[in-house]
Amino acid sequence: MIWEIIWNQMPYLLHGLWIALQLLAALLSLGLVLGLALALIEIYGHWTLRWTGILFERVFRGVPAVVLLLLFYYGVTDFIEMSSFMAAVLALGLRSTAYQSQIFRGAIQSVPQGQMMAAQAMGMGRARAVGWIILPQALRHAIGPWTNEFSSELKATSLAYVIGVVELTRQGKYIVSSTQGNVLIVFGVVALMYFVVNRLGNWALYKFEGRITVPGFERRAA
Amino acid sequence: MSALLEVEGIRKKYGQFEVLKGVSLQLERGQAKVVMGPSGTGKSTLLRCINYLTPPDAGTVRLDGEEVVPRNLNRIRQQVAFVFQDFNLFTHLRVIDNITIGPRRILGLSKTEARDRAMRELERVGLADKVRAYPAELSGGQQQRVSIARALAMEPKVILFDEPTSALDPELTGEVVNVMKRLASEGMTMLVVSHEIGFARSAADEIVFMDGGHILEQGPPAQLFDAPQHERTRRFLRMIGDQVGDAAAAGEGA
Repeated sequence: MIWEIIWNQMPYLLHGLWIALQLLAALLSLGLVLGLALALIEIYGHWTLRWTGILFERVFRGVPAVVLLLLFYYGVTDFIEMSSFMAAVLALGLRSTAYQSQIFRGAIQSVPQGQMMAAQAMGMGRARAVGWIILPQALRHAIGPWTNEFSSELKATSLAYVIGVVELTRQGKYIVSSTQGNVLIVFGVVALMYFVVNRLGNWALYKFEGRITVPGFERRAA
Repeated sequence: MSALLEVEGIRKKYGQFEVLKGVSLQLERGQAKVVMGPSGTGKSTLLRCINYLTPPDAGTVRLDGEEVVPRNLNRIRQQVAFVFQDFNLFTHLRVIDNITIGPRRILGLSKTEARDRAMRELERVGLADKVRAYPAELSGGQQQRVSIARALAMEPKVILFDEPTSALDPELTGEVVNVMKRLASEGMTMLVVSHEIGFARSAADEIVFMDGGHILEQGPPAQLFDAPQHERTRRFLRMIGDQVGDAAAAGEGA
């Protein structure tokens, strides 16, 4: 009986999952681009830029995700019109920017100084040295912690629930309300769906890490 | 004709401590000079000041008559190769790519030109069979030889060697020293900070002895080793002289 309901409602759950994945892709991409830029600014930037970057990063790491979502949805939409989905992308994306900037900063700084020196000594400008020598090494260091960030953010998409984004968790809630269904089983299925996507994503990222690993870069022990 | 490399009045301070107190030296085309002296006398700092990896506080560096200034720095560095004590090969690149990246990306050579040049230099250092290896898969001596090939592939006017064998076991030192000897005999212009007496005696045209941020004396190896002018030089040579026997035994001439 409850399984029949779940089966009938599965298209809604899958649609919710699809929305969650879109949100995840958007916020991780935003965080990747801005986070990398922020890391470069924090390391190589002029001190005024650096200071601004650090302030941004502290604020977005220091405020709860739910509060950020509420601020962006109810606060910012007073001035700029945007959908709840867009507000979620911005709130969670900027928060991920702050976290990813720290992943990339650590990864860049773990590339030995001598690498930059050797590049400069052959007449490579600093920007090119960063692009050709430092970042290719740093990204290999970053992928482990980045996999972690992927998992956190996948789970964080469920918080967009509070501002009305109809993602997987909210679809689950709808099913429970409209069918007086079994809360435990419905959310159990929802949990399983998050879990499966999480494992799949981790598996793919480990695969990718393995492919770009070269001797000299320690590989994580399974 | 003026010298290929002219270094004049280089000074460098770290905090209150003046490492270089006005150092001048010239390097003629085809000349090999070895800089020696107790540690902490600024030998490595001098080398780094020459290509501005460490910008000097005062003094000038001229390559082929052209003064090094921030504007032409990257162009000058293409002609002044640097070999590091700890190799600093690019960890994520295979041997071949370590050597071609400069000629391709900086000098603008085509892929095949860069590759041909890299193979030529790898053969010169005796590592043509390691083309596809990553630095982490090589011994220290092999890594240093690859880094010399990387330097040569830029076809520089001069190569600066910063203690190229100090990070190596005695048995690996020999293979690097042999490559350097060959370069010197082929007329490569080299400025070498090193305590390899074997190399200094047989391959150097001149020895520069530094102490306390100054050049104390310089001259041909025979003169400097056999009849040093200063007591400080004599003391230093006696000290490292104790190691010469070991170095020779360990296969410096191998």
